[in-house]
This record gives sequence, structure tokens and C-alpha cells, in this order.
Amino acid sequence: MSPHLRKKVVVVGHGMVGHRFVTAAIERGLTETHDIVVFGEEPRPAYDRVALTSFFEVGAEALSFLPSGAYEDPRVTLRTGTSVVEIDTAAQTVMLADGEEMAYDELVLATGAAPFVPPVPGAELGNVFVYRTIEDLEAIREAAKTARAGAVIGGGLLGLEAANALHQLGVETHVVELAPRLMAVQVDDAGGNTLKRHIEKLGLTVHTGVMTESISPDAVVSVVDEDESGILDGKVSALKFKDVEEPLAVDMVVFSAGIRPRDALARSAGLDLAERGGVLVDEQCRSSDPHVWAVGECAAPGGKMYGLVAPGYDMAEVVADALLGGAGTFTGADMSTKLKLLGVDVASFGDAHGTTDECLELTYSDAVAGVYKKLVISEDGTRLLGGVLVGDASAYGLLRPMVASGMALPENPEELILPQSTGGGGGIQLPPEAQICSCNNVTRGEIEAAVDNGCESAADVTRTTKAGSTCGSCKVQVKKIVEDYFTAQGKTVDTSLCEHFAMTRAELFDVVLIHGYKTFDQIIEAHGTGRGCDICKPAVASILASQLNGHVLAKENRKLQDTNDAYLANLQKNGSYSVVPRIPGGEITPEGLIVIGEVAKEFGLYTKITGGQRIDMFGARMEDLPAIWKRLVDAGFESGHAYGKSLRTVKSCVGSTWCRYGVQDSVGLAIMLETRYRGLRSPHKLKGGVSGCARECAEARGKDFGVIATEKGWNLYVGGNGGAIPAHAQLLAGDLSTEDLVRYLDRFLMYYVRTADRLQRTSTWIESLDGGLDRVREVVIDDVLGLGTELEAAMATHVDGYFDEWKATIEDPEKLKRFVSFVNAPEIPDPNISFGSTRGQIVPDVADGPALVGPVSLGATIPVGAPNLEESR
Amino acid sequence: MTQTQTQTYISVCRLDDIDPETGIAALVRGEAVAVFRTLDDRVFALSNFDPYGHASVLARGIVGTRGEVPFVASPLLKQPFALETGLCLDDPSVSVPTYEVDVVDGEVRIGGRRE
Repeated sequence: MSPHLRKKVVVVGHGMVGHRFVTAAIERGLTETHDIVVFGEEPRPAYDRVALTSFFEVGAEALSFLPSGAYEDPRVTLRTGTSVVEIDTAAQTVMLADGEEMAYDELVLATGAAPFVPPVPGAELGNVFVYRTIEDLEAIREAAKTARAGAVIGGGLLGLEAANALHQLGVETHVVELAPRLMAVQVDDAGGNTLKRHIEKLGLTVHTGVMTESISPDAVVSVVDEDESGILDGKVSALKFKDVEEPLAVDMVVFSAGIRPRDALARSAGLDLAERGGVLVDEQCRSSDPHVWAVGECAAPGGKMYGLVAPGYDMAEVVADALLGGAGTFTGADMSTKLKLLGVDVASFGDAHGTTDECLELTYSDAVAGVYKKLVISEDGTRLLGGVLVGDASAYGLLRPMVASGMALPENPEELILPQSTGGGGGIQLPPEAQICSCNNVTRGEIEAAVDNGCESAADVTRTTKAGSTCGSCKVQVKKIVEDYFTAQGKTVDTSLCEHFAMTRAELFDVVLIHGYKTFDQIIEAHGTGRGCDICKPAVASILASQLNGHVLAKENRKLQDTNDAYLANLQKNGSYSVVPRIPGGEITPEGLIVIGEVAKEFGLYTKITGGQRIDMFGARMEDLPAIWKRLVDAGFESGHAYGKSLRTVKSCVGSTWCRYGVQDSVGLAIMLETRYRGLRSPHKLKGGVSGCARECAEARGKDFGVIATEKGWNLYVGGNGGAIPAHAQLLAGDLSTEDLVRYLDRFLMYYVRTADRLQRTSTWIESLDGGLDRVREVVIDDVLGLGTELEAAMATHVDGYFDEWKATIEDPEKLKRFVSFVNAPEIPDPNISFGSTRGQIVPDVADGPALVGPVSLGATIPVGAPNLEESR
Repeated sequence: MTQTQTQTYISVCRLDDIDPETGIAALVRGEAVAVFRTLDDRVFALSNFDPYGHASVLARGIVGTRGEVPFVASPLLKQPFALETGLCLDDPSVSVPTYEVDVVDGEVRIGGRRE
């Protein structure tokens, strides 16, 4: 098709649903025939609004669906920060705020919804917010810096999210709800009360059944003058409730009293609207104009508006399909919800309020544990119609599909909600057509098919099918289905370390700890078979080093050490080594720099600055390593463990000592942490970073542990990673004192050392834990396993037992014996190692086969010592 | 195995110089030879040159067993070579040369290269 025959789809709105429409259109092939232009009003591309509250922890980039700001498909143009102000359906054009006009063949409205702010006097005051966009959250964060108390008006789903945000920001938080209970739409009275108790236990105050009459300005404003736009000056000082004498003193207010479809464009274009707002559309999401479509919260299919993302996604798919001539329809949606609000699981599914005629209710309530569960069952007791779960929603993954698929209830349905039946739901087998992921419409059958097609894990299935990738509430269920399916096929997920040990690294770690083993021979004789290999030996070496702090080249252990640990240096491609002395925090004196320069010069080494703020010297011959280290140790350097699966560096920015922006001494903390954890052998390498302010120049969130200074202390992030699969570290705890920071880091690192798999970095380890980061937080911060003291003690043992293993090596003739080129010709350097030169430094010469130096007699003609650059040129 | 060259055996070290389940490199007639000792005090001699990584490093690899077969994993990219035959256990089309070797009066002696 020639370009001028291509048609144009204009999309108004780039939120979650607008974005979904574009991806659906690309996937379904609409861009083969259509150009797509998307206008987004917000300054940034679509982001995950469902996870909005985590913005404070993860930042805007982590929430973004399109971090690059553009779609890969060149036929899609995204223009953010651009508002459409008018639609001319007759001319088929839209007009932008700056007057630009653009013609369309098809127009898709995805303008979403706006927070509803009730007409309460004082709603225009300063420090009154809504909770919808990243900009809203930024403003709330700013206000929270000085606010003592805040109120969230609205105790629904979003209101509790907003309350959570205020609470996290350290503001004394009040939740104000007009209805007699929280989450009135989703849960019943008993569920709402259970939820209320949970929330009050966290230190929030809940006011139900109260109506906000007015918001009072602060006293400083002596004259409340209304300017021309009718905006009151001054900030919030109190809320006045109807029929309550005492006003509630607050410094900020967040309105979260529901949303309203943004249908103003459609209204002024003369399109039909639903009675209660929203663009009225048919089952294909087509409006009263045949070339205008509406999806998501701005649309009202059949007159009903849906304020959840899953139905919006369905509508987006339906319109993409319709534009390709398909016949897909949107006929209503499952309004089931599961979320974690303020740490409390809440779920509501199907007919949660028991509105079906003659239905029966089955409830389980444990006021002490704060658990409330209700099932709504059909009159004849054969089918599950809906339910409410508060405090423990682990059964949601099973129950919601049971409602959707209409399958028969088991004989004792109460077992579905009794405490021991959490998660799995006993032996209940959902039918293949049962929808497991409602966000992405993935059935059990599709999950199993993904396994048949080669998925090896639940994470693979999520990547392939998208099941569990949106709200995540079905993840447990997806994992269980995958595992059950493996079992049914007789396929076990083999977690053995290798052929010699039928256990995981974590199990092996415990075995070694419990029995107090000190050597590999003891361990393999008691718990393994054969004589080990290049997988289990280094794993055991690492476990022994973590637990005993011995020298890795001690006689009984050195045969276990992996390539680099075996010679305490990094083996390079030509058989030479690189040497990295420790430079804690990247801070080094001029004298130190000179020593490194002199050593490199003397031994003819190539030098390069590493990514971890230190200096790497390449091209060292194995037999020269002790002499090189003698020089370095004498000058006060010690091993940098660049060769070990152990702490590498703690990178730092220059911090408050020099920097105009710094708020804390990042260099000092980095040196302290690097010195504390140096030499700690771990399942994989460990990297840290410390930034002196939120500008994050140390890139700490790309590290296994990252610390970022705040005005009040330190924020601790964990699980970051660079490399092939980059990951941003996630907030574990905020505003910590240095003492608490060290305590939590001790626990975190030891917990990782003990339980991670071999060669598993912290990011994948956290992902692999049941509960993920929440689990880490429970163990490290809340100490639910009661392991805190033990983990701290283990770290204290490490810190106290640390010694420089290179210093210990050069002082021990027994250990030095191995650093020879040839056992019978120690004076002859390996002739297979030779160097060329590039940019004034040595580089390895590539060998094709073994360099034969014979048949000369030993030691006669081979030059000894550092390669001579002049000659090798 | 037959010796193709009538080479005399050359002493390279004492058996005690090699820790059990490790290797050392020796220079034999100008060739780098990796000599390994297993737990049961058997010794094996292979070319030290890793045919995958093109470097003289095999003596520095980890020694272990695969089933009953003792092997060394190259320290570069971990390809396993059987100590007895020099065959790569993951790709039998690749092998490293092996050498005659024995222990006499506690002395490890390397003979000629096997063909």
C-alpha cells in the first residue's frame, strides 16, 4: 500500500488503556495499514497507575511502560504534554491546545477519568490534593515535608492507597469516609470493620460515617481574599465535619472520593453520553459517531463506566480488533479486586454483597488475627457466587476463577476459607477454561500450554503469557498451576546443585552449618557422591569461607577454589592475571596512586580504571603475583577481592564534604561499609553504592545494596543490578540512622548469603523468594523468623575474623609454592603468554596453538621477567 | 596405548608436590604439561593447553568426577576434559594430547606424548 493511502488513527490520551490500545494495535497488525498518532496530556508516557503508590519507592522510571518515550514501531507517533481541545466529527479533525489541527480516519478516546472533588467550601485552598498522577504525588510529597497531620477524604480503594502514601511519608494520617464502613463498594460491614482494625493498629485514624462540611484555611491568612479566578489564598488548617463540634486539625487534605469520566471533549463534540457520565459506546466500543471510539474509564459501554484497568484493557483490545474488521465485543467485566492496602490483603470477587436471590453466606472470622472471609454461595449450595476476603486473601487466586468458571463447589466449601487451606485450596482442580489472570485474560489451559511450549518456570510463563504481569494478584496461583503441571507430567523441577549433591545451595549451607563441617571431604562423604566438580566445589568453598572465615588457599580448601580464587587474581584470556587492590569508596591518596603507577610500570602491566572506582592492572604472570602484592601490601594496600564471589566495592559520590548539594557524608559511609563487608564470600559478587543526596550520582540503585542520603538519615535500597538484566534496587527501609542501616544491611546480606542459590545475584534472589521484597522486609526489618540476632552475630564474626588474604599469602611459603610457572622450571615464564601493544600499553597476543619452546634444555634461552614493550612492537 | 617416540621418562617433581585432586604445570621437552593427582594417588598428564581458550592453563582447573570419570574443568570456560583420555566430555570431537606418566620412588615422571 502506498503511503498516501495509509489511514490515520488518532488516540487521545496516553494512560494505561491508551498505551494498551497502541500495543494491541501493533501486535494485531493495524500499523501495517494505519499510522497512529497518540496525544498524551501528561508530561510523560503512560505509566503503571495501579502501582502509583510505589512511586515514592521506585521512582517514575520504574513505573513507566515506555521508558524510552517512543514506540519501537516507527508508524506510531507519541506526543506527550499535548492536549486535544476540540473534536470536529464532521470534518474528522482534532484541534490541539496550540491551535494545530490534525485529521483522522478513526479517533480513539482514552481520556480516562478525573478525581471527583466534592463541592466542599475550602476545596480550593493550598495543600488540598487529589491522587491520580505522578505530579499529584510529587506535590503531596513536597507538602508532607512540613505537614504534621493530613486527612484523606474517601475510604475506598484509592483513598486507602492515598492514606498509605501519607502514612509512608511520615504524616499523621486520618481517613474520612462518608459511608459507615471502609471500602463500601467492595466489602461488607464485617469485612470493613476488620480492615478498620488493621489500619488503626498501624497508627492511622479512621473516621467512618462522617461528612466533611468545610475545610478551614490556616490562621495566618487574615483576609481570605478571593482573586479573580476564585481561588482562595492560604493553606488547610482543619476539617469541619457535619454534626461534629470539634474540627480535625490537619495541614493537608487529599481528596479521593471517586472518579468521574473525562467526557468533556465528547460532550462538546455532540457525542452521546451515558446518563451518569462517560462516552456512551456499543459492544464494540463505538460511540454515536461511527469513526469515534472510546475505551477505558472515559467510556460507558451500555451506559456503565468501569473504574478498573482490566475492563479498560479489554476495551482497548476490542477496538483494535474492530478497526481490523474483527467482531470482538465487550460485554461487561469481572469487577473482582485483590490488593494489599497498608499491608492488609483485601479481596472482593463476584457477587460480594450477596445480592443474588436466595443466596447463602458462609463466613469465617478471627478477630484476633484480623481475618475475615465470606463466601456467597448459590441457594442449592453447588456454586460459588462471590466473596470477600480481608486479612488473608491467599485463597483469591483459586476462588475468583471458581466463580468465573461456574464449576461445582466441593462438598465442604468451608474448607476453602479455613486457615489451613490458604493458597492451594486443597485438591481443587480448576477447569482448563478457568480464567486465572483477569487483567490479561489468561486461562489455566493457556498457562499449561505455555509450559508445553517450553516455559521452565512460573516466571517464564508470566513473560510468555503476561499472566500475573499487571496487578500480580494471581502470581501465586500461576506458580501453583505450573508446579502442579510439572508434577502431573512426572517432570520435577530439579533443584540439585549438581550430580554430586542432591540439594540446593541453601540446603547445603544449612547442612554445613548444623554439622559444623570444616572440609569438602567431610561434606561429600556424608552428603554427596563422587568427588565433586567445578560447580559444587566452589559452592562448598564459598559456604565454608562464609561460615569459617578461613583462608581460601588453606591446604584442605585450595583444591575447591574456582579459577580466580585459586590464585587470588582474575584470570584473563591468555593465561595472565589482573590485579585489583582495594580502594574503599574510591578514595585514594596521591601517594597511593603513585604506588599503583610504580608497580604497574615495574611489572609492565596494562592499567584501566574499573566501573567500581578502582584501578585494575592487567597482564601479570601468575609467578609474579606474590612480588606484585608484596609491593602493594607494603604500601598499605590489601586485596580488593575482584577475583571472588564476594563484596567488590561500595561506590560513592563525593558527598556533603565537597558537594554543594550533598546532605550526608557518602564517602565516609561507603568506606565504612566497604571495610565492614570486605572479604565476605557470597553466592555471587556483591556491589554497593552510597549517594550523598537524591541526585544519586553514585548510581547506588544499580547495586545489590544502595544507600541514598536523606535529610533525616539514609534510605536503604536492595536488589539492584547492572549487567545483562538491569534492575533498580527497591526501597527496603527509609530515613534510617547509621546504626539501623548497618543492622539491616548485616541481616540482609547474611540472609542472602545463607539462602540464595549459587551464582544468584540479589535481584533474582529476591524475585525467587515467596513474597519477594515483602518477604525480605519481613525477615530483615520485622524479624518474623526471629533470625535477626543470629544473622547479626554471623556478620559480627565475619567482621572480627577478617584478615587480608594476600598479606597472609605472601607471608606463608607453603601457599607461595603454587605460584610457579612450571614445577620443574620455575625460572622460565610461560612461553604461551606474550604481549603486543595498543595505545601505548600491553595487550595479549592471541595464540593459535601451544607455543613450543623445545627442544631446548631448561632455562637456556627464554627471557625472564616482564615483557619488553620496545621489543614486542 | 603405545609410545610412538622412544622417549625417556623425565622426573618433574615429587608426588607430594601435587595436592590430591589438583594439578601442576611442568615443562617437558619444551612443552607445557599439566600433571594431575587424584585422591587415590593416580597421576595423569595432559597438554596444559586449552584448545578452546587457546591458553596454557589446564593445570589450574578444578579436578572432579563425572560419573566414574575423573576430569579437569578448564579454568577459562569450564569445558571438562577426561584425565585418562584427554577427551572433552561435552564434545568428543575435541581432545587434548595426553602423556605417559608414572611414579617411581615418589618421583613423578613424564614420558612421551601418546598418539
